[in-house]
Amino acid sequence: MTETQAPADPAVTASSTLLEARDLHVEFSARGRRARAVDGVNLSIGAGEIVALVGESGCGKTTLARTLLGLERPTSGSVHYGGQPLKYGSKALKAYRREVQLVLQDPTGSLNPRHTVYEAVAEGPRIHGLPDEAEIVKSALSRAGLRPPERFLLRYPHELSGGQRQRVVIAGALALNPKVLVADEPVASLDASVRGEILALMLKLRDDLGLSALVVTHDLGLAWNIADRVAVMYLGRIVESGPVEQVLTAPRHPYTQALLSVLPESPERVVLTGEPPDPTRIPGGCRFHARCQVLASGKAAEAGVDARCRGELLDILPASAGTQAACYYADATG
Amino acid sequence: MSLLELDDLSVTYRIASGEVPAVRGVSLTLDSGAALGVAGESGSGKSTLAMALLRLLPRDARVGGRILLGGEDIAAMKWGRLRAVRWAEASIVFQGAQHGLNPVRRIGEQIAEPILVHGLAKPDAAEKRVAELLGQVGLPAWRARSYPHELSGGQRQRVMIAMALACSPKLIIADEPTTALDVMVQAQVLTLIKDLVAEHDISLIMISHDLSVLADVCDRLGVMYAGRLVELGPSQEVFHDAKHPYSRALAAAFPTVGDPVSRLAPKGLGGDPPDPMDLPTGCPFHPRCPIALEECSTLDVKLWPAGDDRAAACVHVRAKEEAS
Repeated sequence: MTETQAPADPAVTASSTLLEARDLHVEFSARGRRARAVDGVNLSIGAGEIVALVGESGCGKTTLARTLLGLERPTSGSVHYGGQPLKYGSKALKAYRREVQLVLQDPTGSLNPRHTVYEAVAEGPRIHGLPDEAEIVKSALSRAGLRPPERFLLRYPHELSGGQRQRVVIAGALALNPKVLVADEPVASLDASVRGEILALMLKLRDDLGLSALVVTHDLGLAWNIADRVAVMYLGRIVESGPVEQVLTAPRHPYTQALLSVLPESPERVVLTGEPPDPTRIPGGCRFHARCQVLASGKAAEAGVDARCRGELLDILPASAGTQAACYYADATG
Repeated sequence: MSLLELDDLSVTYRIASGEVPAVRGVSLTLDSGAALGVAGESGSGKSTLAMALLRLLPRDARVGGRILLGGEDIAAMKWGRLRAVRWAEASIVFQGAQHGLNPVRRIGEQIAEPILVHGLAKPDAAEKRVAELLGQVGLPAWRARSYPHELSGGQRQRVMIAMALACSPKLIIADEPTTALDVMVQAQVLTLIKDLVAEHDISLIMISHDLSVLADVCDRLGVMYAGRLVELGPSQEVFHDAKHPYSRALAAAFPTVGDPVSRLAPKGLGGDPPDPMDLPTGCPFHPRCPIALEECSTLDVKLWPAGDDRAAACVHVRAKEEAS
């Protein structure tokens, strides 16, 4: 095995990093097999930074997000917050969840239909025993764009539109004054015309409150709309990451190239065949090699890297802020 | 002759608390071999429109206006004729393929069912036809023996498409065929639909909330809001140069990656889609419209001509047409 743990980039482990995954592995047993859902990830989120984590379903992006939230224990590796490793005692986790809040995809599912807006937003502050609950709720609602907040306090979820419900969910997260939001497909279940408004709200929260966010999505347009940095995940690993402008306009990893090429409007399509592969059977060599269009076209052989693509494990990418791709061909051709 | 003609189609649901007008006077035509996209948000009436085409609406729906399929009035069809038309002349691919398939029957039997019911082939020949259909949608013939749960989401959607093709219909109606699928699988399914309708000269009506997907697959595009068509025209023109402010907002909701205008600038509309039981007066879009005039709250808007082969229901369009 040539697989090694790459050291974290010192430039980003400096004070700006807020939340970090270090050589994170999360395994499950699925039908008697070991599923390596997260199979070695280094990722950092800086203060005031919005990072998009993109990939297909089954690539491990939701498991990674849940592990960063402390909802899942890593099999190995660690989550660091503010430079300190995350502790899993119930007291420590409770304190951690004031800082790092989750926003789920479907606001209809994440709100209790029998709780008023006030109850929904007040739940967090109540659990944490914060004083001036009513004030906190009102200010969270108005920060989430539900103004005047008094108009919404006594309403039930079914009386609200989809966009308003998602704002209530976001207000619930904001009520604890968190530093980081982890949002799993925050607009996937919303109507097209409302989507932009919720994304604009997340940008505004970053500008006004300095909130950081990790946005988990399969939607590259969303990453283009709001993220500073993007990390592309494939079968448990980050295969490419860097500033959005660079990764999405000049992708280096063949998988990122393929994802971008199938967007409507893009000139030349690379439609990968087959379904996203199975985390219980991660192929040897580069984990993408069986579907890789660059290897299939013979270009990897021309560059003399095809044997490595098929047989040699790649290093885990460090948590670097710059552009990087886990690809032998991209390395060999610059 | 056009294959499908809608003339002032309206659909109203009667519920306990009153009447819900879901589709309010839609007229359009579809030529054979053409692909029309219908865009709109939830509640715009686009799915109701699709169901009305084959009389698949629940009993509490009242349909007005006329639907002509191959010149024949759908509403006047006897039950037997309607059964023959469904599948054999027009078929539907629904969203969420996991609910459209029977979980306890092999997919081969399910694809063969419409062929056998319509007496188009004997069981032996039907089996051959199933293998051929699976091949057309890119699945191996042995998949006929699989159960739905053994397939992935994309594969199940392919099976649904194979079923829709089974009786060689002239029209396929696809209601959000790729909504629940991943980007790469969505691209596979869209490419498949595009190729199949071109090869077999089938007409297509595709329904989606994603204007960019429709513009990619269809040659014409209709945009619905509050039960009405608010814009109609060639799809690339509607997508890139919409005449109606609502179509413009829908087009901007799915940004083009690499376009500096949308970078760190997500665009949306204020407000929410209207409640069909409590529609705004005048133009139903005026409360959310960024360019509404005073008269919009009272003016009865219609689909006005807006240039070559284009129409839009916006007062700004009418003003321009009258000036020229």
